[in-house]
Amino acid sequence: MNGVHDMGGMHGMGPIHEEKNEPVFHEPWEGRVFALRRAMGAWGKWNIDVTRHEVELLPPAEYLRMSYYERQLAAFLEMLVKYSFLTRAELESGTPAASSPKAVPALTPEKAAVLIAKGVPTSRNVAVALRFQLGERVRARNTHPVGHTRLPRYARGKFGIIHRDHGVFVFSDTNARFQGEKPQHVYSVRFAARELWGEQAGPNDSVYVDVWDDYLEPA
Amino acid sequence: MNINPTSSDAHGHYHDHQAVPSDLALRVKALESLLVEKGLVDRAALDTLIDAYEHKIGPRNGARVVARAWTDPAYKQRLTNPDAAIAELGYGGMQGEHMVVVENTPKVHNLIVCTLCSCYPWPVLGLPPVWYKSAPYRSRAVIDPRGVLREFGLDLLLDVEVRVWDSTAELRYLVLPERPAGTESLSEEQLAALVTRDAMVGVAKVAPQKGSSA
Repeated sequence: MNGVHDMGGMHGMGPIHEEKNEPVFHEPWEGRVFALRRAMGAWGKWNIDVTRHEVELLPPAEYLRMSYYERQLAAFLEMLVKYSFLTRAELESGTPAASSPKAVPALTPEKAAVLIAKGVPTSRNVAVALRFQLGERVRARNTHPVGHTRLPRYARGKFGIIHRDHGVFVFSDTNARFQGEKPQHVYSVRFAARELWGEQAGPNDSVYVDVWDDYLEPA
Repeated sequence: MNINPTSSDAHGHYHDHQAVPSDLALRVKALESLLVEKGLVDRAALDTLIDAYEHKIGPRNGARVVARAWTDPAYKQRLTNPDAAIAELGYGGMQGEHMVVVENTPKVHNLIVCTLCSCYPWPVLGLPPVWYKSAPYRSRAVIDPRGVLREFGLDLLLDVEVRVWDSTAELRYLVLPERPAGTESLSEEQLAALVTRDAMVGVAKVAPQKGSSA
């Protein structure tokens, strides 16, 4: 979706504030939100692309005003209701509905340690033909899907060069829509900075974007 | 305790959360209690996760990878297969399942960003700082990387090629900074102590002495 989250190349966002000796979490609640999201993710009702899209669906003005963990919390609450873990009434009362069955937590401390150490790989060991060769000139498709996509707007319609093949990965767009993994190659594509931004950009500078096969067409 | 931010009375806290942090803290506490009561969440698992990223996983991990690459050419060569090479030092996992290492040289400077969200190589750098996740950095790193670097105090000559890596898929990037001159006598451990998070994101160089800026 052409949301405010897709902010590469936007102006007017102000200076960068670097905080010295920044803590990992500024408030304990941020850590709890971080951990609660992973603990509930272990139920397998959503995937990383679904969680990203839920943040993108926040109203643009809210998105920009909120801190990172406020966005994470707001999207998380939406998902808890959408995927039937909680009802709005439970969120408002803070107590489980009388009929609510008691579950057994999906994420134990042991499984949390494994999650941290192993992660959730999204590469897939399946043979998919390589459609583009290293050094080949390609064009990022001029496409504007309403749902989740990972082709940033600044690259759409632009010409680049295949820099390397990263291998076969789950496709974010179908994964976010629960339409299957549609495994395909992800390429590192080098876009000359001047192709993206015009003459103001450094003549030898470039932006490398990781691009799924479906986002590319021959140039 | 009303946890729901979409109900009208709860809506205001986004506007002035700085002034009332306890409100958000209370909401999250109520949410956690509710999820625990329903048997959906085990508090000990939450503690395991928070403890890992507060105390065990951070930029010291990445610094050890960098120092090893500086002192051991065979290891640096193995970093072309980064997942295995980083795992040799005991690091890997969530949000670093598929790593790429990009090397700075006198003629090439690499910068890492995620314009679409906040993707970052957790196993080697820990959780990202606020500025990395912020709109100013995400919006400008791709269109004006040299301006961003100047804001961090790094003024690159025009003949240095700037390569910005936008983490749009599930690859996670680590910059291998240049080893500073005059550090030939330092041990791997002493070198690791010089390597900063910012240098491994690409917004700084590594200074030859700890604490001095580059």
